[in-house]
Amino acid sequence: MNGFKMIWDNIGLFGEGLQNTLVLFCVSGVLAFILACFLAFLLEGTENIPRKLIRWGLDLMRMLPFLIFLYLLYYGLPNVGLRLDVWSAGFFALITYHGAYFAEILRAARTSLPAGQAEAAYAHGFINSSMYWRILLPQMVMRSGPLFGNQLVCLLKDTAFLSIITLMDLTAAASAVQAKYFVPLPPFIFVIALYWSVTLVVETLLRRLSRRAQKRGLVHE
Amino acid sequence: MEDSDWFTLLHAAWTTVWISGISIILGVALGLVVAMLRAAKIPVVSQLLAVYVSLIRATPMVTLVLFLFVIAPSIGWEVDPRVVAIAAMTINTTAFNAEIWRGALTSFSREQVEAAKAAGMTTGLTLRRIMLPQMMTTSLPGLVNEMSLLVKSSPAIAMIGIVDLTRVTNRIAAVTYDPLPPILAAGLLYILIIGGLVRFQRIADSRAKRLAM
Repeated sequence: MNGFKMIWDNIGLFGEGLQNTLVLFCVSGVLAFILACFLAFLLEGTENIPRKLIRWGLDLMRMLPFLIFLYLLYYGLPNVGLRLDVWSAGFFALITYHGAYFAEILRAARTSLPAGQAEAAYAHGFINSSMYWRILLPQMVMRSGPLFGNQLVCLLKDTAFLSIITLMDLTAAASAVQAKYFVPLPPFIFVIALYWSVTLVVETLLRRLSRRAQKRGLVHE
Repeated sequence: MEDSDWFTLLHAAWTTVWISGISIILGVALGLVVAMLRAAKIPVVSQLLAVYVSLIRATPMVTLVLFLFVIAPSIGWEVDPRVVAIAAMTINTTAFNAEIWRGALTSFSREQVEAAKAAGMTTGLTLRRIMLPQMMTTSLPGLVNEMSLLVKSSPAIAMIGIVDLTRVTNRIAAVTYDPLPPILAAGLLYILIIGGLVRFQRIADSRAKRLAM
């Protein structure tokens, strides 16, 4: 059977898979970023026990494979009386797992900011929260553009794990079409090309954003 | 969970470790080859390798593992899932390692290469005696970081029936009807493996900094 025809006949299935993957990717990406901003805010200030616990939690999360974390939420939690469906388990896992990574990126950027800035802001009467949101965070985000790009690509790739817990994403679509005809090459090549183009679009967008930020004087090398 | 379950878990952890280990060894060596081929700027080959690196960077491990698993019989390849798993993980990690090696290669100090040439060393000898020892130290932190990323994506091989540290939790839960303890225990073992790599990375990092000074 012709490969193009095989893809065209199942275009609805691939469309659904692409749509689900993109929805997971975009929603989780935005929410994970917001979560990370709040986590980094909680870490702002002198070291105390709650902050140490947060950092510990983030470090532990970053040492766990994504699939085991997903298993924990999807198969493990019903044991303690909390049953999540595939979508909420998927969203929750992606947002918290990658939120931890984003928070680590922000934390690293925070340590590279000069200490005098925060002191100068205090001297001008800024309180902790407005100083974080208006002075520190914008710089932390601007400084870590390429790292965010890498992490977003990782997030996109981690959405494929959700096909294991039977979510109909792009990888599941390829494997469903493969199971229908027992011809593996065209569906997988097509799906890998789609993943590739999403990655290229994300990278191009980020590069444009950083160039625009440079032009407007928000960052300088 | 009983004692025998712990034994099963440790056995599965060993499966994860040796399959990742072989892929890491192959991937680090092949990554260096890819980086040197790209640095040699051979037309066509260089562009093909650039596409390979970019493509693999964007392909999820699950998709790659599944793809190789279903394609293997149709190209007449005897399918042992473990070989497929090692192939998929090696293809994946080679691309990332190639970028790390390439960074070390392109940023290597020109003066040292010229000095070696002036002292009458051949290209091969310069590479072996001068460049590689230093490149190993400077790339080690990046390579170890990539190793821990590889172990974190290794659960994808559970898809094709290998009883690794992730899949074994289903096995134990199928007997005990209680999935939470084996998943937590597997998570703990993963944290130990990856935590070990992270510690190793910190040591490598401080050594690389010392060389840079």
